[in-house]
Amino acid sequence: MKFFGFAAGVAATLTLLSTTSAFAVTQISWWHAMTGANAEVVDKISKDFNASQSDYELVPVFKGTYPETLNAGIAAFRAGQAPDILQVFDVGTGVMMAAEGAIKPVADVMTGAGMTFDKSQYLPGIVGYYSKPDGTMLSFPYNSSSPILYYNKDIFQKAGLDVDNPPKTWNEVWEAAKKIKASGAASCGYTSTWLTWIHLENFAAWNDVSWATQQNGLAGGDVELKINAPIFVNHFQALADLAKDGTFKYGGRTSEAKQIFLAGECGIFTESSGGLGDIVKSGMNYGIGQLPYDTDAKGAPQNTTPGGASLWVFGNKSDEQYKGVAAFFAYLSKTDVQEYLHQKSGYLPVTLAAYEATKKSGFYDKNPGRETPILQMTGKAPTDNSKGVRLPNLPQVRDIQNEELEKMLAGQQTAQQALDNAVTRGNAAIKEALEN
Amino acid sequence: MAPQLAITLVFFYWPAGQALYQSMLRQDPFGLRTKFVWFANFRKVLADPAYLNSIKVTVVFSLATAIVAMGVALLLAVMAEKAMRGKGLYRTLLIWPYAVAPAIAGMLWLFLFNPSIGSLAYLLRSLGIAWDPLLNGTHAMILLVSAAAWKQISYNFLFFVAGLQAVPKTLIEAAAMDGAGETKRFWTIVFPLLAPTTFFLLVVNTVYALFDTFGIVHAVTGGGPGKTTETLVYKVYNDGFVNLILGDSAAQSVILMVIVIALTAIQFRYVERKVHYG
Repeated sequence: MKFFGFAAGVAATLTLLSTTSAFAVTQISWWHAMTGANAEVVDKISKDFNASQSDYELVPVFKGTYPETLNAGIAAFRAGQAPDILQVFDVGTGVMMAAEGAIKPVADVMTGAGMTFDKSQYLPGIVGYYSKPDGTMLSFPYNSSSPILYYNKDIFQKAGLDVDNPPKTWNEVWEAAKKIKASGAASCGYTSTWLTWIHLENFAAWNDVSWATQQNGLAGGDVELKINAPIFVNHFQALADLAKDGTFKYGGRTSEAKQIFLAGECGIFTESSGGLGDIVKSGMNYGIGQLPYDTDAKGAPQNTTPGGASLWVFGNKSDEQYKGVAAFFAYLSKTDVQEYLHQKSGYLPVTLAAYEATKKSGFYDKNPGRETPILQMTGKAPTDNSKGVRLPNLPQVRDIQNEELEKMLAGQQTAQQALDNAVTRGNAAIKEALEN
Repeated sequence: MAPQLAITLVFFYWPAGQALYQSMLRQDPFGLRTKFVWFANFRKVLADPAYLNSIKVTVVFSLATAIVAMGVALLLAVMAEKAMRGKGLYRTLLIWPYAVAPAIAGMLWLFLFNPSIGSLAYLLRSLGIAWDPLLNGTHAMILLVSAAAWKQISYNFLFFVAGLQAVPKTLIEAAAMDGAGETKRFWTIVFPLLAPTTFFLLVVNTVYALFDTFGIVHAVTGGGPGKTTETLVYKVYNDGFVNLILGDSAAQSVILMVIVIALTAIQFRYVERKVHYG
């Protein structure tokens, strides 16, 4: 298998060399982490782009999961073999931003090729997240998602809950979950994927409370976590209490909980809007609601922050290659391309024009709920608490948070202890990462 | 230069040297800013409570895996010796799991004991056990040890069968004539004569549990819940490739290298002399 991979690599390289010399077409490499239906979207977009012009050839290469792709990109850079474009997930954004000498801001790529990057055409929440504090656009938003609430209508019916009105606040979620469990409609009331992303990062943004100092790290510098504020403690204590009798069921650190919901074990579920495909495929009688908010928060609901991934351009490439990358990004911004990407993959459209066009086409009337994540993200102008979170070592900080939350859910510590520990350990890790 | 020497240089000394060099650097993931810090990374790693926890986890995991894998294998080997018919088939079936890749073995056990969909998890729950390896560290460790031991049983079985065959039948028969029962014969004659094999397997199993179980940990628990199943090898991976702290990760792998060298020395010094392969 390994040998085959090596042989294929050699063959590919040879082909690559020969085509370059024969046709003088500039190759643009794009390393991505998309699988299944989303990988088909990548292939189709690349093919269409290549067919639309004759100067550049975009070559998409699948590199594994999000973390694997990021690692492959970093290792390739260290070996002097970086691709032109690398897809990096939201959590890796801080890592890329800290590597100023390694990347070239998308804004510079576009202006260098004689094009302009008109930020006003893109969804503001997404553009803000992928920009430097001074507003320079650093990476191109490719696939963005937002956490939403899913519920099983059959279980709601059995539990005597209102099938057409999903819970809007966390207190309503807890009540509904208890009712589901008590009525025997399902063995558990509520489950969730990605506790760190949904219950900490988006919880803070959606309720307009601070996740960390320095605009949640977006302004850079010394960042200190704020996640042990009372509103977080109360929220997690409620979750921990529900976990005791199984009303809340923990699935794992990433998207494992989806299986629990799909199996019909739990009635309510929070997960990325990008997870819709599997739920549709399962044939479940499901409903979609907004991400619940906390009634103790004055500004709630504010807006959610983007998850998903963006495309980064590596530095030290030839002008010709940058022109090709710019041409591709311009192509990717076209309304019909964005419309296709949005409707096929379930990710958000990144341009306003594509959103309007999708709305006009009646897509949201036929697919209610598909608009929910967009409305959540764009409903209000983002505040300092809701532009997103950014740390040079977010993967590590999320790990720390997961570890403390797991101990809390296992009943070994209270929410206050868990969040205090997460803050202490997280701050130490951030400080150290900044020293490097 | 002999080809094997070249291979050793390229595949062992070169990367080992790189690791040693990297372990004295503090560097950002992209290698843009590098600082030579001598042994600061080692001091940091050894003072880190998470690392000390990882040592504890590794000791528990390795010992439990070695004991379970060897105990079960010995029992099966003794049984196999007694079997009259189908000895060959019995042995073949027992050797089979050795051919399964660690990650696959991990996935198998994960499916069996997955709290939501696992058939054995369902059985445990119907027995009144609140089985939850996702949150209960002890359950996660049991699951991990089962998967790791299961995979190693075949190997141990082979050696124990060979060891049992080397025990002189005359001794056992003599003891039987003196009126020693089966259990007594096993513990006073067979088991002591198996000692070299047992010692050899103990070293091999410990090394296996220490270094060869990454795939299982990665597939089954990912080091969680909390840090209850984060073994030393898994921590090297997690710190280096997930958290991108290359200096710490390199320092940890150098420490592991020292452990391997020590274990190998022990094996050569004490084990090789006493084990008879003939």
